[in-house]
Amino acid sequence: MNLMMLLEMAASGFGERAAVTNGAQTLTYSELFRAAGAAISRAAMLDVSSLALPIGLFGSAWAGVPFAPLNYRLTRSELEALVARITPCYLIAASDRVEELTGLPETTVVPRERFLERTRNPADADSGWPMDPDEIAVLLFTSGTTGAPKAAVLRHKHLVSYILGSVEFGSAPEAAAGLVSVPPYHIAGIAAIASSVYAGRRIVQLPNFSAEAWLELARAERVTHAFVVPTMLARIVEAIGDARSADLPQLQALSYGGGKMPQPVIERAMQLFPGVAFSNAYGLTETSSTLAILGPDDHRTAAASDDPKIRRRLTSVGRALPSVEVQIRDESGNRLGPDERGEIYVRGEQVSGEYLGRGASLDADGWFPTRDAGSMDAEGYLFIEGRADDVIVRGGENMSPGEIEDVLLEHEAVADSAVVGIPDEQWGEAVAAVVVTRPGCSVTEPELQAWVQARLRSSRTPQRIEFRDALPYNETGKLLRRLVRAELLGETP
Amino acid sequence: MGELKTGTRLRSAVCATEVMVIAAPKGDVALTCGGAPMIGVNEEPPAGLSVAPEAAKGTALGKRYVNEAGDLELLCTKPGEGSLAVGGALLSLKEAKPLPSSD
Repeated sequence: MNLMMLLEMAASGFGERAAVTNGAQTLTYSELFRAAGAAISRAAMLDVSSLALPIGLFGSAWAGVPFAPLNYRLTRSELEALVARITPCYLIAASDRVEELTGLPETTVVPRERFLERTRNPADADSGWPMDPDEIAVLLFTSGTTGAPKAAVLRHKHLVSYILGSVEFGSAPEAAAGLVSVPPYHIAGIAAIASSVYAGRRIVQLPNFSAEAWLELARAERVTHAFVVPTMLARIVEAIGDARSADLPQLQALSYGGGKMPQPVIERAMQLFPGVAFSNAYGLTETSSTLAILGPDDHRTAAASDDPKIRRRLTSVGRALPSVEVQIRDESGNRLGPDERGEIYVRGEQVSGEYLGRGASLDADGWFPTRDAGSMDAEGYLFIEGRADDVIVRGGENMSPGEIEDVLLEHEAVADSAVVGIPDEQWGEAVAAVVVTRPGCSVTEPELQAWVQARLRSSRTPQRIEFRDALPYNETGKLLRRLVRAELLGETP
Repeated sequence: MGELKTGTRLRSAVCATEVMVIAAPKGDVALTCGGAPMIGVNEEPPAGLSVAPEAAKGTALGKRYVNEAGDLELLCTKPGEGSLAVGGALLSLKEAKPLPSSD
């Protein structure tokens, strides 16, 4: 099993079709296949999306070496620590980063343009790719919202199983084009390449996201599909402003994931894109991307329903893929029933749960503890309530910040909120909140406390509420709670 | 043909068909393509064989084939003229259940 099998099938099934577009350049599936054969090296990449990305991914697969896309926002000293874990390494880099990176031990730095040049008119590769399904395909350094980055290990068997379990070969019509605006070091960026190639859907790359550039490229390239993280969708909705429609007549499907989507954003997006099929995907780096999907029909049914139980599904991440099992368990590992809150465990061929140098964290039966807290209703709809580590324990009572944040967000003056636990002598932990108000609105701490108390138990009422201009998010839209907490406590994070 | 393992790639001895095993029952599986036993993807086919007329409906790239019991599933990675069968019973095309695109 090897990722190259997916590309080989695409190249033989529809080789002359466009596979990937970046600016004025396009590669067909056959060209991508031949370029991958020329690109043999142990590869890492420090760059925005370019044609070098799919070539580097499949070229590494062909060579039987891991591909490690790195976060181009990191500084040299941060990168040095990451690269040291994957040497010897052939590092494809944006040309303006090359000078800064020279001298890294056991690392050959190659500017992107020279790498692309090498793959432009390749001789036919004289060997096939390794078939061992246990070879490492991709190493992804996880975003590390709670500490030092770890390298998640995705083997060929995980990624190929994910694609075979979720995509039908050649199912995309020839005009289909998917806009990829997540960075290469995000699992959604890697998964998008593999699923698009297998479906036969052209990839349109947007190297640096801005809402205006996204809208312009979507129009110019007649984009039919796109994946966005919540921050991106929020900015797109904002950029469209008061217009009554988004004016993207070709757009058919918009999927989102990678963090919690604020309900006002998704509701506004559904108004602006009335003919578009929305899907919410839940997945992790360690699970080769998507585990559960709230599909277009779920969105429409939930949005149109008066039954609060069904309407609430708009805030769920949908149901598990057919190839994935999900369980909710308590702290002792006992399985919980419908609507009971606990930690989310998942199992399936696509689940790796492994970090470089630390082995896999699957139990004997193959279950992976996601460290995400949540619940599942009787119909299998999964609700995510944040990281299990974020759970606040006040006087022995467990509470999830997400539940309190949702109530704060329902207040008309609140634009954004973050709830964290802070040390408390009496209770062990106390509930604290940081709130961003809407422009032109004001609200006081006691008013918000009364608001929460009227809707939740008094133990869940924040004993301290502070106001800020903005909350800290990482670039893929994850709230950095540890920064919120550190700032409240006057610590340096 | 012995027991099949998930991820194993096999080729037809009489046509261009290649498959990957997606799911397989325990125990021996008498898998044929074009009427002849399938062989390992890197094995040389025996000389002098040809596609049997009763097993010549062909295989299609990217399609999945299943047995009646539903415990054997193969993915066609290269198409050919022969048909897939187990113990003489032709495998059938598995209906695709489309999922919304998520990435």
